Amino acid sequence: MSRLLPHSVVLLLLAGLAGCNSGPDPAQRQAAVDAFATVQKVFQHPRCQNCHIPGDQPLQFDEGLPHAMGVVRGPAGHGAEGLPCSTCHGEANPPASYGPHAPPGAPHWALPPPQQRMVTIGLSAPELCRMIQDKGQNGSRDFAALLKHVSEDKLVLWGWNPGGTRAPVSVPHAEFVAKFKTWTDAGAPCPTG
Amino acid sequence: MVSLTINGKTQQFDVPDDMPLLWVLRDVAGLTGTKFGCGMAQCGACTVHVDGAPLRACVMPVAAVAGKSVTTIEGLSPDASHPVQRAWAELDVVQCGYCQSGQIMSAAALLKAKPTPTDADIDAALSGNLCRCGTYQRIRAAVHRAAELAKG
Repeated sequence: MSRLLPHSVVLLLLAGLAGCNSGPDPAQRQAAVDAFATVQKVFQHPRCQNCHIPGDQPLQFDEGLPHAMGVVRGPAGHGAEGLPCSTCHGEANPPASYGPHAPPGAPHWALPPPQQRMVTIGLSAPELCRMIQDKGQNGSRDFAALLKHVSEDKLVLWGWNPGGTRAPVSVPHAEFVAKFKTWTDAGAPCPTG
Repeated sequence: MVSLTINGKTQQFDVPDDMPLLWVLRDVAGLTGTKFGCGMAQCGACTVHVDGAPLRACVMPVAAVAGKSVTTIEGLSPDASHPVQRAWAELDVVQCGYCQSGQIMSAAALLKAKPTPTDADIDAALSGNLCRCGTYQRIRAAVHRAAELAKG
């Protein structure tokens, strides 16, 4: 047996070592998986999951009841033709003087489009983890675009200021974004159980 | 001061920014064809068009539509000749009439988005317009008739 390895084998070994070095170490991976628990808590809060549904009728209220008046997703996620979401949902929450039952509002109020439903409701942690990073389901977003979505999208931010008697998302937004970044910086590893 | 173009006429209104558009239309501009029903966007009686899209005027602060073009039932046509109005008269849709301006404005919005709607399209688009008299069957028939009339 030769003491010298062929060049091709050496290169493969070096490439393999380089690959190992570029991935998260076990501690970083565990921290990322732990951070995903917070991500899951936010994505599956009623303020978020009420519209991230597999069917065509959005949910409403903290209880996640079917949206009144037969409201539907529609051909582009913006409601039925002739009854867009913006018929009732404005660009901002109405003044408090309008009472607790006036519809809330935020920019581009809508569901995900029917072609990419971005379903979060009812998924297990591993399923949700895989869905969020699946460009076939998440609106073709890479990690940077996902981070921008959860950090800046005004409809997402509404979840922390929902008005009326609606429960805001229970995790502070800054903490959520930090956990999301911890998770994606490590390559978005998924929990196993 | 809030500027609105209502039924083609630009006007200035000295009203609080948070006054609902419906209050401005009815109590300040004197256009009482648009009705107050629930005050929570749950019945559709207050439906108008803003920049061509349907809107529940009872839950919309006037400042949110400043500078925009508002169409009320009075402005849908100058002489009740809009296809939806003609169909409504032809099929004698109205019973008590309270919800009907909202129904007509929603129907007009639907036909603009979908000129030949199916029953399902009509149900989806008008499901937010309640009628305590239960004229729904005639409403649906009249929307189909309006679609025919619009094609000439």
